[in-house]
Amino acid sequence: MATVTAPAPRIALPGLLRHRAVHKLLLLAVAAAILVPLANARWASGSWPSALTVDLTEPLTRTSDWIIDNRDTHPLFLYFFGHVSNAVVLSVRAVYLVLLAVGWAGVTAFAGLVAWRVAGVKLALGTAAAFLACGLLGMWIPTMQTLALMVVAVLASVVVGALLGLAAGLSDRMDRILRPILDTMQVMPAYAYLLPMVLVFGNGVPAAVLATLVYAAPPMARLTSLGLRGADKEVLEAVESLGSTARQRLLTARIPLARKELLLGLNQTIMMALSMAVIASVIGAGGLGDRVYQALGSVDVGAALAAGIPIVLLAVVLDRVTGAAGDGTEGSGRAGWAYALLAAVAVAVAGRLLGRLDWPDAWTLDIAEPVNRAVGWMTDHLYSGVPVVGGTAEWAGHFTTWVLDPVRDGLQGLPWWSVLLIVAALAWLIGTWQTALTAVLAMAAIGVLGVWQPSLDTLSQVLAAVAVTLVLGFAIGIAAARSDRVERMLRPVLDVFQTMPQFVYLIPVVALFGVGRAPAVAAAVVYALPAVVRITAQGLRQVDQASLESARSLGATSGQQIRQVQLPLARPALLLAVNQGVVLVLAVVIIGGLVGGGALGYDVVFGLAQGDLATGLVAGAAIVCLGLMLDRVTQPTERRTKKGA
Amino acid sequence: MRLRTTAVVGSLLLLTVTGCGAADMTKQASPFANAGAKTVTLSTQSWVGAQANVAVAQYLLEHQLGYRVDTVQIDEVPAWDALGQGRVDAILEDWGHPEEEQRYVQDKKTITRGGDLGVTGHIGWYVPTYFAKQHPDVTNWKNLDKYASQMRTPESGAKGQLMDGSPSYVTNDKALVKNLKLDYQVVFAGSEAAQITQMQQFAKEKKPFLTYWYTPQWLFKKVPMTEVKLPAYKEGCDADPEKVACAYPHTPLQKYLNTDFARSGGEAAAFLKKFKWTTEDQDEVSLMIADQKLSPEEAAKKWVDSHASTWKAWLS
Repeated sequence: MATVTAPAPRIALPGLLRHRAVHKLLLLAVAAAILVPLANARWASGSWPSALTVDLTEPLTRTSDWIIDNRDTHPLFLYFFGHVSNAVVLSVRAVYLVLLAVGWAGVTAFAGLVAWRVAGVKLALGTAAAFLACGLLGMWIPTMQTLALMVVAVLASVVVGALLGLAAGLSDRMDRILRPILDTMQVMPAYAYLLPMVLVFGNGVPAAVLATLVYAAPPMARLTSLGLRGADKEVLEAVESLGSTARQRLLTARIPLARKELLLGLNQTIMMALSMAVIASVIGAGGLGDRVYQALGSVDVGAALAAGIPIVLLAVVLDRVTGAAGDGTEGSGRAGWAYALLAAVAVAVAGRLLGRLDWPDAWTLDIAEPVNRAVGWMTDHLYSGVPVVGGTAEWAGHFTTWVLDPVRDGLQGLPWWSVLLIVAALAWLIGTWQTALTAVLAMAAIGVLGVWQPSLDTLSQVLAAVAVTLVLGFAIGIAAARSDRVERMLRPVLDVFQTMPQFVYLIPVVALFGVGRAPAVAAAVVYALPAVVRITAQGLRQVDQASLESARSLGATSGQQIRQVQLPLARPALLLAVNQGVVLVLAVVIIGGLVGGGALGYDVVFGLAQGDLATGLVAGAAIVCLGLMLDRVTQPTERRTKKGA
Repeated sequence: MRLRTTAVVGSLLLLTVTGCGAADMTKQASPFANAGAKTVTLSTQSWVGAQANVAVAQYLLEHQLGYRVDTVQIDEVPAWDALGQGRVDAILEDWGHPEEEQRYVQDKKTITRGGDLGVTGHIGWYVPTYFAKQHPDVTNWKNLDKYASQMRTPESGAKGQLMDGSPSYVTNDKALVKNLKLDYQVVFAGSEAAQITQMQQFAKEKKPFLTYWYTPQWLFKKVPMTEVKLPAYKEGCDADPEKVACAYPHTPLQKYLNTDFARSGGEAAAFLKKFKWTTEDQDEVSLMIADQKLSPEEAAKKWVDSHASTWKAWLS
């Protein structure tokens, strides 16, 4: 019975889609029939034809040498980059000195009280506990260094992002110019940003802060613009009818109405900046990220975790507090703020008078040792020779031989024009001809850059990882959507894995899966899974209760409900999950270069390590193109048509 | 209008904050430096030997000379750049970078030599000793092909696996495999941490493996390894990176200081110039850090407590 009623809305949509899809495919087939023989006749080769590549090694090496030779003398550096760099150093230093002067008690009290005013007692206690835990782990000084860097980076990102968002929100032309740029920046893996920054600013805090700025500003810009554009038309008209000027309208109506989006933007920016804080340690950001990175050098998972936990705690606390600010529940009265501030100052002064500014050494807890023992036990017993199922090393071996190798060889074996065709077909089926064109051009750019083979290698890893992520993510997501208890249990786990720096679990992953592409895929799955699970569960839960109820009343079993009502209705959310999964997986498959993933990831790491601009930048550009292509191929049309809303 | 005003105010602010003149890109200290005490910034590289140097230098600078020491982890080539810019004050262990030496020491004179570290470094190909004992002929490169099938992994496919480590290390392995016509595939572990973890896993199972490795390295104490003889090194045989067909040289490891720091770094600079110890000393500290999982500070303290005669000489 249920099968008769439920699919009714479903048939209509795919029917239409199939119709349009057939048209698109036919058109594409015609175009291919004309173009392919031409291209094939001229450049007959399986891989990207070498006649169509541009070798950038020579000019890039020259640029890099020029920058290094002229950095101390050229006016561009003396009067522009030099000042930018000094300003960054100065402001980070100022914040750091203030944090040190306030002392651990003062910082903790201040954070707790701010959280109390913004988000209530429960989060205030959580915040204070988080800061104390940072000290307890012996990470107070690195935490303050990271915090100083974050404060500067986030402030700068918010200012830059808000200005860009203001421009895009008020002017349609700016919006059209900025949108594709922001779209692209959103899909760029953080790693790709590092090398250009290092080249200009050298290793160190300025490069790290600026890389963070570039990475974290786009969400702020995007959400500011969205908030300004989304303001209620009737309210605006009412304000206008009162005879206010454009500036008054902006300040008194549009910006206050966009408060929610602005705070969400702040929240996103903070999260992005925190995740960058660790990656930027590769270029000398210092602080917690550097501790994680150094621990990686001596294969010390415990020490890496001790520095990773403060990052997770900071992320969770900042996320919750800014999230609560967005809901706008608390925040009554200036008097409360005044008391809170007074109390914080009192604690700071007390701490100063007692001479307890640094976290006391005696109050630290060493977790490295037990963690290392646990990890050691796990890797000893799971690595190989587990009865029946086999050890993780064997799984990794099979996965490499039976999944990764065939996919890679298959992709690399395809003639280059057919890869372009497949990309075009996929992107066009799901999107518009514009998205298809962008995707094809991005793919072609990879070929022109001369990194066709390694890019397809990376692509094969991404595909394999995405497949695993989606299977696991949908399964867990469905379970979480069906049971509140499962979801409650999952929430902290997802939080931790979403914010845990990837460097922390690279070592256990190698210990379990060996060196190669398999551990890179495993790390990517771990990283992308939480987002996929979340979006899936949320999408399923938001399915119209009425349709569910009617299906139930018709006697559908729970399996039928999921298959025939919830999943089809949650289709947009599932597509979004696929899109997010792909973008996140790509970001980590690149970091997988550190554990033997090879291909583009290794090239970027190599470029950074050897200061080799030619290799690193070309690989970075290829990653960006790959990300753009993957995003367009998986991006549902819905997101586009909503624009201007 | 509004935007322009903000921009003007912003740039004015920037100028007043940083001083109006030219900014000196060669003086770019870390913002975390000198917060409270006189500070030295040392670059540590990712391998543990370098961490051991820094740990002991840091301990002595802090406890004997009253400095605060900041350490920054940077790869080798970028570390030269950072040293030239004054972002770090010293590199304590350099494995030879002729190109950078020419650029920064000879031409720009922003870096000064700091003398020998006292340790001699050597890169080579290694197999685990348990395997070399069973098959003594594996230690000559001519017989490597015989064992290729035993060295196979899923990553290397039909060939044997030669595992290379971090992309920042000096390596000719791809050219070597090609020019010596070996049936091996170079697999890049991508980081030393990954490489060590993999070697330890292999060693636990007593599996054979062939790897790029170097001495001094603490892992030899945990996983004893024997070097595979490659065609002997001769001066200049590695000049053309495409045609290399010989072993790696033995390199006396060097210290380098930022020129300004060397001139006006006071006691710290004098101390770092005199800092010189042996391979055994370094290994002792490395092993405490990497194997016994002591913190670098504790390891340094242990070594300092038992080797007073060695380090007293550096302070005089």
